Amino acid sequence: MSPVGAILRKELRAYFVSPTAYVVISVFLLLMGLLSFLAVANASNRSLQMLRGQGNLPELNLNEIIFRPVFYNMAVILLLVVPILTMRLFAEEKKLKTMELLMTSPVTVTDIVTGKFFAAFTVFAGMLALSAVGPLALAPFAEFRWEPILSAYLGTLLMGGLFLGAGLLASSVTENQIIAVILSFGALLVLWLFGWAGQVFADSVVGKILSYLSPLDHFEHLVKGLVETSDLVYFLAGIVFSLFLTHRVVESQRWR
Amino acid sequence: MIQVEHLTKQYGLKTAIEDVSFSVEKGEVLAFLGPNGAGKTTTMRILTASLPATSGTARVAGFDCFDQPRDVKRVIGYLPEIPPLYADMTVTEYLIFVGRLKGIQPDRLPAALDRTLERLSLGDVRGRLIANLSRGFKQRVGLAQALIHDPPVLILDEPTVGLDPKQIIEIRQLIKELAGSHTIILSTHILPEATAVAQRVVIIHEGRIVAEDSQDQLSARLRRSDKVSLTLTQPPLDVSDRLLTLPGVLSVHQEGAATFLVETELGHDLREDLARFAVQNEWGLLELKLVSMTLEDVFLHLTQQEDGMDTAGVSAGAPESQP
Repeated sequence: MSPVGAILRKELRAYFVSPTAYVVISVFLLLMGLLSFLAVANASNRSLQMLRGQGNLPELNLNEIIFRPVFYNMAVILLLVVPILTMRLFAEEKKLKTMELLMTSPVTVTDIVTGKFFAAFTVFAGMLALSAVGPLALAPFAEFRWEPILSAYLGTLLMGGLFLGAGLLASSVTENQIIAVILSFGALLVLWLFGWAGQVFADSVVGKILSYLSPLDHFEHLVKGLVETSDLVYFLAGIVFSLFLTHRVVESQRWR
Repeated sequence: MIQVEHLTKQYGLKTAIEDVSFSVEKGEVLAFLGPNGAGKTTTMRILTASLPATSGTARVAGFDCFDQPRDVKRVIGYLPEIPPLYADMTVTEYLIFVGRLKGIQPDRLPAALDRTLERLSLGDVRGRLIANLSRGFKQRVGLAQALIHDPPVLILDEPTVGLDPKQIIEIRQLIKELAGSHTIILSTHILPEATAVAQRVVIIHEGRIVAEDSQDQLSARLRRSDKVSLTLTQPPLDVSDRLLTLPGVLSVHQEGAATFLVETELGHDLREDLARFAVQNEWGLLELKLVSMTLEDVFLHLTQQEDGMDTAGVSAGAPESQP
């Protein structure tokens, strides 16, 4: 087995022998269920109002009035949930001195970072797949298009990957899991706020740069069903960059 | 098998080890002896290719620790001072993970696992969670981790620390069994341990090697006087002064109520003269024996000498072994 595979399996196992993965996934799905319910209830309210006001039932775009808000809210939930998936990955190894086993084994730092990232990504992707219960449950009763939903899932998957990369980086700089989780919340919220700042200073170059740096716009395109190379490049580059920084941090700790 | 030349490691301004050179032959057991903080762990971590040195070279099995870290890591088994254990794994799960990490082929893994469990008598606890094991078993799992890929070189950082006497004997026995087929470096600050398992001792103090030799030669080289312990039943008050009148006696220290340590010139065996003298004076001679220099004396001698150079006056409380 490749070293990446060995580390990936070990991390996956760690998620499921402790309550972490179960709790995170359950809370996430519970919130998603509530949000989906509220979105559907809101949509039926609005269609009733329209029926009363106009006397006929207009064609409602369910993608727009149900799924878009659900995905936007899901992004905010992920902002809070993803750092919990990553906080342990390096901080615990350092605290328990098991990092020394990894660093004295014939594996590279790249193997370690990749293995850990993909373990977290697998759990995240599984969690996301379970949330597809929402649209699947609605499908027999309502008409909507699947393409924008799939592209929204692609966006969520990529943005989650970016969050995981940032969380992994935060975990690599400290031995303390609480500090790791706070650092990733902070970093992700700042990235998020870049998007608002970009709207505030929309006319200036700084505003454009900030908008580009924030995942907000890129995510929005994908949720709307727009699959553009530039957005995919943004997310993939962001993931690679965060993993590269994590690699540098872990490598530099070897010298101390 | 292991060559270390002029190795220096600085952490910022602090120098952890300075100009350390030594070599270990295949099948040899070398003990690193030194007080806590002397630089033992630093040297070992450099040898594991996980910590780069500031200057100097280290080679393990022909591979350079800086340029070929993966090759070095493949041929060593390393037990850090704190065994790197995952408390939420069972012994078997843990060793399988380590085996994969060390690059053991999947088809060979079950055999390697069984061999390691047997060698360390871990068969009975193989299904237990590491968190629930006693300190001694945890240490053994730590050793199993270092041995599972059957590396030719073992680096053991304080392998018996925190164990009870029975467990210490077991671990030492195991190290002796592994010697010969494995090249072993172990560190310790417990002196009898070095004597018990190692053929050669490197004494390290404040980052420098202060002595490197076999134990016998170390004590022989550093011995500047012979010592005789003398126990009397009726020693007179002026026994020290009277003994000093004998030719060849350098000094007399009172050890216990009636035990005296007589230091004599090197090569003058004064036991006969002392016996006669004591009997003639009717001091009630109970015991007379030659005291050889222990490793502990050598160690204290070397480290205190070093201190004496740094800060004058520290050597005021010099041990008996100093002339």
